[in-house]
Amino acid sequence: MYSFEPNEEQKMLIDAVSRYAENDLRAAAEEAEELAKFPDGLVEKGWEMGVLQASIPEEYGGFGEYSSVTGALAAEELAYGDLPGALAVMTPNLFVLPILLAGSEEQKEKFIPPVIEMEWKAYTAALIEPSFDFDATDLKTTAVADGDDFVISGKKTYVPYAADAEMMIVYANVDGVTQGFIVPAGAEGLSISEEQNKLMSMHALPQYDVNFENVRVPAANRLEGDFEAVIAASRVALAALAIGVAKASLDYAIDYAKERDVFGVKVAQKQAIAFMMAEMAMEIEATRMLTWEAAWMLDTEKEDAYKSAYLASISAIDMVMMVTDRGVQILGGHGYIREHPVERWMRNGRGFATFTGLAIV
Amino acid sequence: MTIEFEIPKPIAQQQYVLQTVADNMMRPHSRYFDENEHEIPWDYITFMHQAMKASGAGSLAPKDEKKKADPNKPKRPPIGYQMLAHMLEIISWGDAGMYLVTPGGGLGAAAVQSAGNDEQKKKFLARFMGDKPTFAAMCMTEAGSGSDTSTIRSTAILDEETQEWVLNGEKIFVTAGDKALTEYEQAGKGFIVVWATIDPEAGRAGMRSFVIEAGTPGVKVEKFEHKLGIRASDTVTIVMQDCRVPFENILGKPTVEKTTKGFKGAMATFDATRPLVAAIGIGVARSAVEFVKEKLTEEGVEIRYGVARNRLTAIERDVIDMEIMLRSSWLMVLKAVWMADNRKSNALESSMSKVKAGDIGTKITQKAVEMMGPLGYSREFLLEKWFRDSKITDIYEGTGQINRLVVARNLLGYRGSQLR
Repeated sequence: MYSFEPNEEQKMLIDAVSRYAENDLRAAAEEAEELAKFPDGLVEKGWEMGVLQASIPEEYGGFGEYSSVTGALAAEELAYGDLPGALAVMTPNLFVLPILLAGSEEQKEKFIPPVIEMEWKAYTAALIEPSFDFDATDLKTTAVADGDDFVISGKKTYVPYAADAEMMIVYANVDGVTQGFIVPAGAEGLSISEEQNKLMSMHALPQYDVNFENVRVPAANRLEGDFEAVIAASRVALAALAIGVAKASLDYAIDYAKERDVFGVKVAQKQAIAFMMAEMAMEIEATRMLTWEAAWMLDTEKEDAYKSAYLASISAIDMVMMVTDRGVQILGGHGYIREHPVERWMRNGRGFATFTGLAIV
Repeated sequence: MTIEFEIPKPIAQQQYVLQTVADNMMRPHSRYFDENEHEIPWDYITFMHQAMKASGAGSLAPKDEKKKADPNKPKRPPIGYQMLAHMLEIISWGDAGMYLVTPGGGLGAAAVQSAGNDEQKKKFLARFMGDKPTFAAMCMTEAGSGSDTSTIRSTAILDEETQEWVLNGEKIFVTAGDKALTEYEQAGKGFIVVWATIDPEAGRAGMRSFVIEAGTPGVKVEKFEHKLGIRASDTVTIVMQDCRVPFENILGKPTVEKTTKGFKGAMATFDATRPLVAAIGIGVARSAVEFVKEKLTEEGVEIRYGVARNRLTAIERDVIDMEIMLRSSWLMVLKAVWMADNRKSNALESSMSKVKAGDIGTKITQKAVEMMGPLGYSREFLLEKWFRDSKITDIYEGTGQINRLVVARNLLGYRGSQLR
């Protein structure tokens, strides 16, 4: 059957997440961006809602079942509040979900339970590389087998919470195939930079450059499962986050355009503006449909699920840029100044073209 | 409820049959009926009538009342509109022009279905299950009245003595108007549904629709249009000169009230039909996407799905964008018809799906012709025809612009008077 309505459990989750997103994330977003720091307790509070815990089976310490659809619904709500805040709350997902999706039974039992305790702890993953032609399926970081170990070398960037992380997954090229390796903090050859603030947005999300110089990890730390499954889940998550950012911008633009007078009517009553908003709404819905379908295909292990996730993510890249650009445009000069959040969302929006692997739900 | 995208079983079963029809009864004749405009594809029409009659599929005729639902059987969610959307998409993948001459009542019957009373439904809709293929058409547009239907000038005046409505006026761009009104030997007796005012002073509040049966004196087909595409489908002008129809042929209330409820009710028909019209456009667009992918494969061009976007070639980007447009627009149609089936208000989703389908159909087929170079432009292939056929999706059943207005009003919570 076709059905386009979240189930009761999902509705309750959306409800709880959206309250946090609005009352906490959104409320803190502007200052967090200016100060490049989240207020104390903000991320922890988001974590305590238990979105990730609810998607981990009991045998690994959770109390639910993994669902990409549910994850996408939650991600949209979180990003509607604030994208960097959403990514901060979801950072431990970067460690847990790849293990769940591509790890062995032993790895799941060993590595997942300590992370998903009710207290937020930094666990992260390093995928993106500082290169103009970065491609997650063709990495420059390498892992070479040596006896019972693998030796990892390469440079990673934009690794959230790397300095605090107790462990991280690093993705490396193993004979042309991308694979994840679990690396503990303090491993020999692992060096983490000072906190970087290089991106044009998301200043509050702590990010680091991470270098791997002949870092040796046991073969038992290699995630031997399908990296494609991990990247597909990440693509769905990013698409869902993009939808949240775009919707924030549209809603703000609508409120503004319905308030502001121009030539004796409201701005929103001008077709030139109304049509822009209609198109924003349509493109958001188009990407949302692709994202939901891709998530459902992943959950039900459909053929072509990875391709659908890819298409959803590509769709999201264009959609979020178009929508957030127009959000600024509808506010005109006011959209360009930092008193209104639309310029921040536009900066957030451009990031989706490069965020590959920075989120997973 | 939950979120899922599994095609319902009854629809999946139907798909196979429809694909056979599209492959064998439509595609091989596509070019012929494009080049011989106004010839009627009776073979296709007769076949479709028999097939639909046998399966009961796609018919808007009221269900046989004797067949009471078995109370012991679990109640299945309704999928009627979802079934129709799938059916239209596949058949239009075959040929959109030929689809538009599929018998079964089309928009005319849809109007009776949504605005008529039980008696009218029985009287006017039963004919579609008869021995011969039968047509109905919707007459809305006038020379001076397109998207702004409140400016309709056709009149219907009640003759108090005979209790008949007397209709006068001229309707243009009537799809299948000829087959609905002209009595062909191969076809049953059809009808048209005409929009007219019963009180020219009342504006939209005076607007009603009337059924005029084939053979009624005072109504005739006057002109056949020559079109850019969908040439297998007749688009005609219909003139009414003191055309008298029985009192009971009015759909909706015969009196003018201060509200525009009747008009709005009729506009609600479009909430149901817009996603279906979108589905037709999507079928055409899919033809083009599949053609392009097939030709690229023949030329040894591979599309590397999954590669970072900044590493894709221009051709790969184009194909991927086409697939994104096609799929997202189809899912928007499915959501709109799913809402219609589940009796959820879908004015926003319905218009969104129509705008999107008009946009993507135009973009996809234009791009496809460009990508295929000189051969894309050639009449040797059907691609150039799909390019011409697809443009109509952005125009009929409300242009992309009027539907944007509907979307914007719904989005902003504005009435027509607030956003003109």
